[in-house]
Amino acid sequence: MSLNIALPKGRLLNSTATLLERAGWELDGYNDKLRYYRLKSGKFPDINIKVLQEKDIPIQIAVGNYDLGICGLDWTEELLVKYPSSSVIKIADLGYGDGALYVAALPGELADPEKLTLRKNITRIAGEYPNLAEILAGKLRLKRFSIFPLWGGAEVYPPEDAEIVLLPRKSEKDILDAGLVPIIKVVDFKAYLIANSNSLKTKNMADVLSSLTDLLDSSRDFPKTFHVIKTTDIASAKSFTTVNDDMVRLALPDGHQQSHVCRIFDKVGIKVDDYPSQTGNRRPTSNLAGYFIKVIRPQDMPLQIANGNFDLAITGRDWLIDHKYQFPNSPIHELLDLKYGWVKIVAVVDEKLPVEDIASWWQHCNEKQITCRVATEYTNIADRYVRDNRIDRYRIIPTWGATEGFLPEDADLLIENTETGGTIARHNLRIIDKLFESTACLIASTRKVSNTKKSERMEFLIDALKNAMEMP
Amino acid sequence: MKAEKCKGFTDLTPDDMRAFRYVEDTFRDCCLGWGYDEIRTPTLEYLYLFTSAGTLTPNMLGKVYSFLDWDGWSGERVVLKPDGTIPTARFYISNNKSGLARLFYVTNLFMFEETGKKSREKWQCGVELIGVNSALSDIELLSLSLDVLRQLGLSDIRIKLSHAGLIKALLDSLELSSEEKNNIFSRILEGDSAALDIVKMDKPETVEALNLLLGLKGKTSGFLKNVKALSSKRLANISEPLDNFICIVEKLEKLGVDYRIDLASGKGFEYYTGLIFHLLIGQNVIGGGGRYDALIPQMGGQATPAAGFAIYMDQLMKLIEPESLAELDSNKILVRIETDAMEEGFNLAEILRDFGYIVVMQLEDKQETDYGWKLEVVSKGLKFALTNIAGGETTKTDDACDILKLLGCTEDVA
Repeated sequence: MSLNIALPKGRLLNSTATLLERAGWELDGYNDKLRYYRLKSGKFPDINIKVLQEKDIPIQIAVGNYDLGICGLDWTEELLVKYPSSSVIKIADLGYGDGALYVAALPGELADPEKLTLRKNITRIAGEYPNLAEILAGKLRLKRFSIFPLWGGAEVYPPEDAEIVLLPRKSEKDILDAGLVPIIKVVDFKAYLIANSNSLKTKNMADVLSSLTDLLDSSRDFPKTFHVIKTTDIASAKSFTTVNDDMVRLALPDGHQQSHVCRIFDKVGIKVDDYPSQTGNRRPTSNLAGYFIKVIRPQDMPLQIANGNFDLAITGRDWLIDHKYQFPNSPIHELLDLKYGWVKIVAVVDEKLPVEDIASWWQHCNEKQITCRVATEYTNIADRYVRDNRIDRYRIIPTWGATEGFLPEDADLLIENTETGGTIARHNLRIIDKLFESTACLIASTRKVSNTKKSERMEFLIDALKNAMEMP
Repeated sequence: MKAEKCKGFTDLTPDDMRAFRYVEDTFRDCCLGWGYDEIRTPTLEYLYLFTSAGTLTPNMLGKVYSFLDWDGWSGERVVLKPDGTIPTARFYISNNKSGLARLFYVTNLFMFEETGKKSREKWQCGVELIGVNSALSDIELLSLSLDVLRQLGLSDIRIKLSHAGLIKALLDSLELSSEEKNNIFSRILEGDSAALDIVKMDKPETVEALNLLLGLKGKTSGFLKNVKALSSKRLANISEPLDNFICIVEKLEKLGVDYRIDLASGKGFEYYTGLIFHLLIGQNVIGGGGRYDALIPQMGGQATPAAGFAIYMDQLMKLIEPESLAELDSNKILVRIETDAMEEGFNLAEILRDFGYIVVMQLEDKQETDYGWKLEVVSKGLKFALTNIAGGETTKTDDACDILKLLGCTEDVA
């Protein structure tokens, strides 16, 4: 009986590698320079080990693709608070993992849980943990609230775009240094050994479990969740720019899109200082008069534009379409194609399968009677695609990048973006369909801008970018 | 592909539906007789209606079916309604109602249940009396609930009474932080009998008063008067809710209603502020209700007192015998019609239905024994043949009126 184990990439990688070394697992290549997703253990040659994004691990354990996994308690709780009957069991606190997930707000009324309860206006909660945010709203007894799920960069949202924010940080001090107050500690970032409950009942994995638990201190506290912080320290008075009604709020993308944006801006003489930023500054200044700029994830922009938190944003059409598929009435539209960052969105399967196109995939699913597992970052695009293609029974497995590594063990079909198809071929995968092509674009709300000054300022940038598109 | 039912959900079979409609019809007739109006609120409501203090406890909120609907880009979640009272309060507010409203509804409610063995969708018959706060209005609701159960033919109904105002006043006197107080109150309401143990240990000086009020169970208003005499000096703030409680039970005694006071059985909703009652048959709670004077203002409406109750369809359906609800065979006629006699056959069937018969057209091989009568309509010879299935005798005639006479349909149908 083979065992499948999921190990984390990212912040927990080094400590996990140290633990497994002490446990004598003899893993080859589980380090910072990680080159392969699949690893082998000298001690347990029969187990299949795969390295995944930490966030993906609880979901992968829950759906039964893995028997055991190691990941932070935050992502396990994010799953379990919404789906308490999912097949994930927390087995052991592994004793490492720094920091915690905090609820933070500006100093003053918003940082007082009792006053939040009494607020009559909508309280906007932003963060990467929408399920924990919903539980938080219940615990705070909020009269009215909106939750903005994010892909990242939560710290830049308050005070303009969210009243309270779920922030992963090393310590309370880090939050105070950012000019915010920690109100509640949601959960400590402890690394946990987690298991699929059915696997625990049916598979003998005692050797693997004891190799780890033998190393652990058994007297650990049961983790407290949603612990109210009584802060006496006052956040360093940080002044935030006042955004007037006539100012344009512009969202610029972080990540690999930044150099493209700079290139286009250069052509028309727009200078954005500290973008891309070496220090992680997400509030750059620019020579655009009357503009207020924030740097956020392109994935998060459609929702922010729809809610009027920003007036203009530069994102990918893929994310605009994903948003529109989920919310067809959302008041946003594309203003301008920026013609860079070209990718195609494709359907991908394992190369070894005798499948050439979506029709033969449909036939394959029907003949084999499989519940098609679709791994994707584009959950709404994927959902519509499989539904439109009449795949009878399917599951969408949301992922946070490196989706190629999911085939063939952990998914049957991927909806992915690709430029050249190189990565896909390298992973022995096959493209069976092209859904659409995507480039970067400027997006805005469909609502009328009532402030004339602001409207003129918006037109200025739109015209400048149009000109840039016509230059060589 | 195997067609599967969603985990945690239940089909209602024809037998179930007969019991369901019987309970529903009886409930509706009673409510209409007491001057209540029926409403139906949507299955989806905004989640925030249920999150603010004094609505659902955080523990219950952890079990609701909340999600983003098509307008979810606003970040606001919706919920499959987990409770009937809060949507009714929302209805009262959003329709700008004021003053007295007597409303009732039959609705399904959704609440996650972990094992999937119990149903996650429950049906409830609910009544809300909005705009009045008097002992008499509490009595009206309790009497109406008993009337429904009596009309359903149920007996041996037990009533347990508690008082949320009294529990709250008691907790107020314990010098707890508001967080502790809310926590204990919601645990009592969720039926956690150990909720008060912590307090008992921490505050030995209040053990006496607590034991007296929460430990004892009584059956008369005299019991409550004794409690008042013993504790009102020490706990001045409990006298107002206690007086209200005494006033209600005295009236119940005048009506000859048998009840039992059990303060610790306060299981219910966080929005309760006054009388709480539970209706039981054997050990099964089949309904309950209470007063919720703070809910409507809490939800943004005018200061409006209200109270209500619900009876639980799932529990009541189990108590109704399905056989007693089935149509009598003697009322059912199976009709076979020859193609050339369609007009006469269908006309006669329609007339028979007007007389209250269940008239079933024979298509495939139907079990004839399920019917009291069999009618054949043919094109040649004598047109109509009526057979008494139990007796076996057949009468043939050319005149449809003869058939009606044979069946005892005596009105002039011409």
